[in-house]
Amino acid sequence: MTGLITEYGKLLLEAMGQTLIMALYSLLFACIVGLFFGMLSVLKNKPCNWIAQIFVDVIRGVPMIVLAFFVYFGIPYAFKSIFDIRFTIEPLQAGIICLSLNCGAYMAEIIRAGIQSVDIGQMEAARSLGLTYWKSMRKIVLPQAIKTMIPSIINQFIITLKDTSILSVIGFPELVNTAKSVISITHDSFKVWIIVGVMYLIVITILSKVAKILERKLNHDEK
Amino acid sequence: MKNENNVKIHVSHLKKNYGKLEVLKDINVDICEGEVVVILGPSGSGKSTFLRCLNRIEAITAGEVVVDGNHIDSKKIDINKVREKIGMVFQHFNLFNNLNVMQNLMLAPVETKQMNKEQAKAQALQMLKKVGLEDKADAYPSQLSGGQKQRVAIARSLCMNPDIMLFDEPTSALDPEMVGEVLQVMRDLAADGMTMVIVSHEIGFAREVADRVIFMDGGYIIEEGTPQEVILNPKEARTIDFFNKVL
Repeated sequence: MTGLITEYGKLLLEAMGQTLIMALYSLLFACIVGLFFGMLSVLKNKPCNWIAQIFVDVIRGVPMIVLAFFVYFGIPYAFKSIFDIRFTIEPLQAGIICLSLNCGAYMAEIIRAGIQSVDIGQMEAARSLGLTYWKSMRKIVLPQAIKTMIPSIINQFIITLKDTSILSVIGFPELVNTAKSVISITHDSFKVWIIVGVMYLIVITILSKVAKILERKLNHDEK
Repeated sequence: MKNENNVKIHVSHLKKNYGKLEVLKDINVDICEGEVVVILGPSGSGKSTFLRCLNRIEAITAGEVVVDGNHIDSKKIDINKVREKIGMVFQHFNLFNNLNVMQNLMLAPVETKQMNKEQAKAQALQMLKKVGLEDKADAYPSQLSGGQKQRVAIARSLCMNPDIMLFDEPTSALDPEMVGEVLQVMRDLAADGMTMVIVSHEIGFAREVADRVIFMDGGYIIEEGTPQEVILNPKEARTIDFFNKVL
């Protein structure tokens, strides 16, 4: 085991770095995607609600591995055969697109549910004082909704971090993909997968702990 | 009290449907400046819906509601501007849970740009004094009793210097021993000449403070007049029946 770690430890750590980079970018974009579609689904406007619902249903209904192949292979192929435009998407870009859409769809649902969990009377009181819809949303409803959303958002972040492993199928050198290469050299799948499993476990445990502290702090602030 | 020149709220042929359910069928009423109107009636008679139509928290289905010359259903008016001048107090208080009492009171005056922060703060303190809660400025809503919450809610509305105050069953969610403190604040407001429309079950309060009592049932105004006329000497069968049960 120690020999394996001294020899391939640096490589695996770098791969973990790649995994984290992909996860962090995806989470950032997922927040934007989720906020956008989450707001669409709470607006009092049927077409907006439909658009949000269709987006969420499509993403939820398609396995991410299919989405990954579609973005990485399907879209460049479509451009080549229809418009005769040749381009390739980098695995990192394709991965971020997939994860952002996937995580974004779940985030949209979390945000919708969070907003709807705030008593309608809060919005009515703000509107009755002459505040606009968006001001009421920003100053009163969202701050209260975010508190109820935080545990689910953190959970979704952890799922997204784990989902980066699916992107090994399009050749992005994240942790799982790198582990496979290491195994092809050492032929020791038992030890390598244990090391990889422990690496995920450590990072996710740290993340969960940080999240717990954050959650407690937020709840404490607004007793 | 009533004359044509100082009509503050004019309602004619107001209808409100929720899908197929007709909640308000044909409401016609004028409310004058400085008048205190108490709306009584059984549950489901449409009285809360009627009140909520006056500041368009509830969209109206047909008819017209004119507040201070503004047709509130018109696309040309800015409903937020109209609402600034109509305070509303809710059955469940609806204090902003994420803000403390002072922030609750300062939010609207600052956000609607009526005042800067110092002015808003000074005024908030003054209003808290008026409702007897100047020592609660830093408390959060969860730390207040029901009666205190409702008094803060009234103070919050007053911070916008409204011309009209709407009260939607302001004491219905309160423990009995807290009803008095809220009614006292409302009594003071009435004495100051505020135009008030109150949906309530407090018949004693209505008799004491109301200039006019409106009795609603089934989406219609059945009877209206002075408390003396409507509560003590009702003419309509349904009104007689209602007061026989509750008095």
